[in-house]
Amino acid sequence: MNTFLKAENLNFSYINEMEEPPVKTEVLKGISLDIKKGEFVAVLGHNGSGKSTLAKCFNAINIPESGEVAVDGMDTRDENNLLPIRQRVGMVFQNPDNQIVATIVEEDVAFALENMGVEPAEIRRRVDEALKTVGMYEYRRHAPHKLSGGQKQRVAIAGIIAMRPDCILLDEPTAMLDPKGRAEVMKTIKMLNRENGVTIVLITHYMEEAAQADRVVVIDGGEIVMDNVPKKVFSQVETLKNLGLDVPQVTKLAYGLKKAGYDISTEIISEEECAEAVARLIVESGR
Amino acid sequence: MLKDITIGQYFPGNSPVHRMDPRVKLVLTMAFIVMLFMSSSFYGLLVGILYTLTAFAVSGIPFKMMYKSLKPIVPIIIFTALLNLLFVRTGDVLWQFKFIKITEQGVHTAVFMVVRIVCLIIGTSLLTYTASPIELTDAIERLLSPLKKIRVPVHELAMMMTIALRFIPTLIEETDKIMSAQKARGADMESGSVIQRAKALIPILIPLFVSSFRRAEELALAMECRCYHGGEGRTRMKQMKTGSVDYAAIAVTAAFIGAVILINIFVKG
Repeated sequence: MNTFLKAENLNFSYINEMEEPPVKTEVLKGISLDIKKGEFVAVLGHNGSGKSTLAKCFNAINIPESGEVAVDGMDTRDENNLLPIRQRVGMVFQNPDNQIVATIVEEDVAFALENMGVEPAEIRRRVDEALKTVGMYEYRRHAPHKLSGGQKQRVAIAGIIAMRPDCILLDEPTAMLDPKGRAEVMKTIKMLNRENGVTIVLITHYMEEAAQADRVVVIDGGEIVMDNVPKKVFSQVETLKNLGLDVPQVTKLAYGLKKAGYDISTEIISEEECAEAVARLIVESGR
Repeated sequence: MLKDITIGQYFPGNSPVHRMDPRVKLVLTMAFIVMLFMSSSFYGLLVGILYTLTAFAVSGIPFKMMYKSLKPIVPIIIFTALLNLLFVRTGDVLWQFKFIKITEQGVHTAVFMVVRIVCLIIGTSLLTYTASPIELTDAIERLLSPLKKIRVPVHELAMMMTIALRFIPTLIEETDKIMSAQKARGADMESGSVIQRAKALIPILIPLFVSSFRRAEELALAMECRCYHGGEGRTRMKQMKTGSVDYAAIAVTAAFIGAVILINIFVKG
């Protein structure tokens, strides 16, 4: 598979010009990362680790201070690439209220397409398709403020997928949702990845969500500290704890059992796996 | 409770009036206002009343909504009536008490003005009953689009209007939350003098402003992520089309205006 998002030795800083002299905060320090087409990558890191900043580098909102970011081979520093990049890489934010522009669901989904100058009939077709994909077609005439959080976030996702992007960056899309809304959004994300082959970069605080990805990247202090499949990342419980991160509950259970002397793998990240392993332990100890 | 507000007074329906192109509706409403102010006699006004009633009947909006749209301006109507009654001093005197003098001409003008205002309000409210705020914003954007040539930022103004409409419910909800939060901290908003109560609003307004700015920043970012780059090269999903309903409405309105002009010429009120 070919590389879709590429960061090479990427540095980025915020400069606070309100202070005298201006204060420079280095956020990303020498990040190199390759994300392949169709991959589902979760990005973990505690607050202020630079994970949102990194995501914004991938759709040319943030332009690297030094180093290079390329989307599908296009350099983000080139102004002419701006719109093609944003069309290929959509972004969903944490608060659904702050990213919905229109007063009617379908008009909001059409927003990006209207900006791109797509023909009206084609907009109609793509809007309907996008709304059906996220399961919000029946709500197309509704006012967004009357929807639940999960529904609003799905509308926001529909607004992105209507652009037919190759990749979607999601910046903690479930942080403000209740468990039901969270499940709805996760289901939608996974379906887009599996069925439509959309590359997903999911920034999250929920380890259970990260465990569902193909690959987990852990960022700390603006540097990549871990980059591996979820099983390998989460089995390093101590390292994650030192970074101020948690592990999925089931992994924690397995880790505790292992520490207490039981023969159990610590590479457990799903509930089914855990239930199976624990059941096996019980059967074995019964003998 | 605050969440249930509806913006504007749109009354959904599928009547010919609802189906009309909002641009035509807007222009015809303006024509209607001109028609009312053109008519110099009661007969002319009668045509205006007839026009309003016809439009209402066709739109299928319940007639009690007429009364609802009038309610807020009852003080203005009374004020206008009194003003005309007391200060028009020509014509036969009907009643006199000290310096108060009511003349026949005064009564005539007062009644005439009241009928005109009532007609005006009911007629124009039909526009907001049958077109949603967003339709109206779109219509205004498209009607004013020739002004882009002289660098009037028509698209930007319409965008601001749309976003404002979009955020009214969100900000109301937010205000509600902040109020509860401040009450929980012991803020007292219901008692004290007017000045004290106005001061009590400060702890609500400041957080609301701060959060609005934060929202604005995020919204701008989200819009940029969705390829927003101003009105240039932008298309719209919903196209406005003028159809047979619109032509019929234009013809009817023209006929009514014609009638008013004829009455003005031939009938002396």
